[in-house]
Amino acid sequence: MTAAGVLGAVLQVAIVVAGAPLLIGVMRQVRARLEGRAGAGVGQPWRDLRKLAGKEPITPRGTSEVFRAAPVLLVATTLVVAAVVPFLTTRSPLDPVADLVAVVALLTLGTVVLALAGLDTGTAFGGMGASREVTIVALVEPTLLVAIFALSVRVGSTNLGAIVTSTLRDPGRVISPVSLLAAVALLVAIVAETGRLPVDNPATHLELTMVHEAMVLEYAGPDLAMVELASAMRLTVFLGLLATLFAPWGIASGAGVLALLPAVLAFAGKVLLLGVALAAGEVFLAKLRLFRVPELLAGSFVLALLAVAASFFLT
Amino acid sequence: MSLAGTALGLAMAAAAVATLAAVGSPARVRAAAVGASTAIAGAAGLVAGVAAMAGGGAAAVELPGLLPLSGVAFALDPLGGLFLAVVGGVAVAAAVYGIGYAGHGLDGRAVQASFPLFVAAMLLVPAAATVGTFLVCWELMALTSLLLVVAEHRRRAEVAQAGVWYAVMSHLGFVAILVGLLVFAGHAPDDAFGSLRAVAGQLSPAVGGVVFGATLVGFAAKAGIVPLHAWLPRAHPEAPSHVSAAMSAAMVSLGVYGIVRVGFDLLGGLPGGQRWWWLLVMGLGAVSAVYGILQAAVHTDLKRLLGYSTTENMGLVLVGVGAAGTFAAAGRDVLAGLALAAALLHVINHAAFKSLLFLAAGSVLRATGSRDLDELGGLRAGMPATTALFGLGALAASALPPGTAFVSEWLLVQSLVHGLPASGVATAVTMPVAVAAVALTAGLAVATFVKAFGVGFLAKARSPAAAKARESPATMLAGMGAAAAACVALALFPGVVLPSVGRAVAASGAGSADPVVGGAVSMRLVGVAGSLSPLLLATALLVAVVGVVATLRLVANRYARRVAPLWDCGAGPLTARMEYTATSFAEPLLRVFDDVLQPELDVDVTHHRESRYLVEAVEYRRRVPDRVERRLYRPVLAAARWWGEAGRRLATGSVHRYLGYGFYSVTALLIVLAVTR
Amino acid sequence: MVRLWQRIRRIGRVAEPAPERVSLEAGGAPLTKAAAGLAGSVQVRHVDAGSCNGCEIEIGSAFGPVYDVERYGARLVASPRHADALLVTGPVTRNMAEPLRRTYDAVPSPKLVVAVGDCARNCGVFAGAYAVVGAVGDVVPVSVEVPGCPPRPEAIVAAVRELTGR
Repeated sequence: MTAAGVLGAVLQVAIVVAGAPLLIGVMRQVRARLEGRAGAGVGQPWRDLRKLAGKEPITPRGTSEVFRAAPVLLVATTLVVAAVVPFLTTRSPLDPVADLVAVVALLTLGTVVLALAGLDTGTAFGGMGASREVTIVALVEPTLLVAIFALSVRVGSTNLGAIVTSTLRDPGRVISPVSLLAAVALLVAIVAETGRLPVDNPATHLELTMVHEAMVLEYAGPDLAMVELASAMRLTVFLGLLATLFAPWGIASGAGVLALLPAVLAFAGKVLLLGVALAAGEVFLAKLRLFRVPELLAGSFVLALLAVAASFFLT
Repeated sequence: MSLAGTALGLAMAAAAVATLAAVGSPARVRAAAVGASTAIAGAAGLVAGVAAMAGGGAAAVELPGLLPLSGVAFALDPLGGLFLAVVGGVAVAAAVYGIGYAGHGLDGRAVQASFPLFVAAMLLVPAAATVGTFLVCWELMALTSLLLVVAEHRRRAEVAQAGVWYAVMSHLGFVAILVGLLVFAGHAPDDAFGSLRAVAGQLSPAVGGVVFGATLVGFAAKAGIVPLHAWLPRAHPEAPSHVSAAMSAAMVSLGVYGIVRVGFDLLGGLPGGQRWWWLLVMGLGAVSAVYGILQAAVHTDLKRLLGYSTTENMGLVLVGVGAAGTFAAAGRDVLAGLALAAALLHVINHAAFKSLLFLAAGSVLRATGSRDLDELGGLRAGMPATTALFGLGALAASALPPGTAFVSEWLLVQSLVHGLPASGVATAVTMPVAVAAVALTAGLAVATFVKAFGVGFLAKARSPAAAKARESPATMLAGMGAAAAACVALALFPGVVLPSVGRAVAASGAGSADPVVGGAVSMRLVGVAGSLSPLLLATALLVAVVGVVATLRLVANRYARRVAPLWDCGAGPLTARMEYTATSFAEPLLRVFDDVLQPELDVDVTHHRESRYLVEAVEYRRRVPDRVERRLYRPVLAAARWWGEAGRRLATGSVHRYLGYGFYSVTALLIVLAVTR
Repeated sequence: MVRLWQRIRRIGRVAEPAPERVSLEAGGAPLTKAAAGLAGSVQVRHVDAGSCNGCEIEIGSAFGPVYDVERYGARLVASPRHADALLVTGPVTRNMAEPLRRTYDAVPSPKLVVAVGDCARNCGVFAGAYAVVGAVGDVVPVSVEVPGCPPRPEAIVAAVRELTGR
């Protein structure tokens, strides 16, 4: 628990909260330019959030506290994960919570409360979104945990600080077959968890093609702002997790406060790069029909299993 | 006598008082008297278990006169103490709950008397110190629970069938355990567990395998492991809810107790070659976990869903036990201790949240008369306390932080993950598959409990019965509250029970003592790198929630909150029929896993009298059968029937023939004995 | 995928440059106060109250790559709860009167209504028909009107720019 650690954790949360809508803006702008449009500018998601915060909140008749609490819990779980994962520094004060399994489970908790809110509305679309979302979550879990297994074998621990420190000490490990297989498996799992193409289209208006959007059709005003912010933060956190696990250079591992500044720049750069790559990739992809998604997730699971096998047989 | 022995004696006395109260007291106070005395018995059992886990030195009691030929002997060591504490705790919650629940037509003398006897038998099983005592207590437990399962047989027809399944399977399991333990005891001077332990080193691997295999069959059947699980989803829905809670939370754990006791403790001295046992246990556990939760995910009967979830959790426990055995056989004591600690902690956690879930389900059943999730919904309005408690139980069961099962599943994953480096090829293949199975189970458990809670309790009521639901009486809420308090305590402060679990692990002989160091705030693994602080996680979440709410108050306060009708696309009022049901919620999962589940579809089209092109009615029926039952049990039952009918041909009705059978078989036996001796 | 990439490179930008801002005559409630609260971000929900779909094609064109009204901060949404402005086309038929009112009620405040096309403004060629209840302004309060049958995409873009202020 050092001063640099506490400052780092606070900075992490601030950057994720402030930068997530910017990341979404950059991704939308990249898509727009590739599609030949002019785009709304990288600041548009922040303008949307500011406007939504000033609108009238609505509670539909017949919903319960679950509906009211879900956006708050969603943002809260993502904030805890943003504070815990070593994006900027490995000396986080929340190190006992910085376990990869715990982080993944916390993010799943956020999805679950949103699914419950979708069921709470009692509309057909809310139930449909919840049903599809938990199916995808159930099928992504094996990939996530087996990929975590593959990453933790050489390090001997699932603690995120330990994994980062170990990778920093032995950079050549990143291009090993274990690492590459696990990275691809995790990338597919992240696409599924954050609801990006080809699993779910975040910009669709057709309710029957929705997975995430269908659960939030009833939210308005500040509630909707929280849901959108949480969605952006989850994408940032997941991409940051990918960067932290496989490209941890720049993360401050010492106790100095000065090392945080290059860490901030490195984190922002890495996440932006990943976001741009994801957005550019989405231009070339169409959404898969729902019952093809399990095939995609099974493929990523096989990759993760291969990563574990490689970690055993290739050491 | 030690505290443990005194407390156990007190528990027996309280159970005896309860039985007498059940038989003797007038109907008005019967339920309350029995419930209170049984709760005292349970509390005393809990104290005895905790004392046994804490204190060094086993307490022992021998009563040679009680049973002819062998007498009974009881001894408490930390391993038995853990299960004793689990049974005691569950009994307290179930007994208090039963006071309010008994008004359901369940306050007949026989039913009320069976419950304290059931609790007493369950308390004695972990304390048994000889084979004879163990078998007697096991059978007593099975008989009393059978009486309780069929308690409502006059009201519903399915209860009798469930009772038959339960009786047959528990007695077949009993026979298997009997065979295994008697083969073992046959090689020892007497049937005390101490003698069995001493003689284990001299058994041949074949005999050891037979003993382990037979006892595994019996104990796995009791624990609800695939393929011997068929009684569980039948018996648990039909039993009264507090009995279901006691059976699901306490009785099935005794199956695990048996496997650990026989496999690790009694057969621990067996030299080498046992790895295949534990891989078999792990395999059975993984299959049960995935199959159980898959069935739970697609069923809409709430108590059947919870029964299948018990199969899943016992499967996870067996994965941990199997992993512990595999590590112990490879000489890696630290990991073996960790895996067994994870399994035992999961037994405790499962007892807490499963009893809460079953009691809440019983509350719903009592208020609405229905267990079918497709008919429930909207219970938040009429039953807010039950809804909150079930929500807590669902969080606890779904292995999400800050829930209860998350802690034990984290420990289990840690033990499996650390098992890979520097081990054999067998482990290299099984550990990733085990991790994948645990992960798939966790994901499906999330889906199942979102379905159970979201469809059953939230949104609008789907039937008039659900719309008229009212909250349960105070005793039922108190029972649920006790279980909920245990869930919360175990979720946030696992460090409190971890030292005791460590002592139980050491007593079983599987691994080193204290595989996990539990502080007040966080748990730290010993010997391998890993630590987790559930309390810190929960606190961080709370702080974040407070922060978000405060920011909202500051930032978003221009308009007051409006209550508006649901957005129905402008077309008209939304009815309850437009809500998603549990069947529709599980439909994508059913489609993804249809090779495993193989749903049966029946479509009956009635055409119009006048023309085949007009349809008058369509009847659509879909059910998900238990595939293991279909594929495995039906052939076995068919073979048994064929065998019986073949045997009928021997029973011609002629007395001469029967006398001839007796004469010839005795003669043959005498000849065989004369030749072989 | 390579062919798609080559196509993207070849075609480049499709969106036409942004025209000068022309202020429309605001019909009904004062525009600037409500629009100011939106500050450059407007989520729009389209409601077809009985149109022939001619205006829909023009709206689709306005949100397409050539006119690209999204660059001014507008976005189409699926649920009125997510919307700030309703884009209503067509004369209001009997069957759509109540749904239109309910859609308007479902939108959180501050809310605006844009009546697109002559039918929405004054029933156009369907004035007096037996299935028509009236113009959009007779059912919900209208903030902006866009004349034309159908209005050109540039007119729709100009109207939306009134809302976003960009």
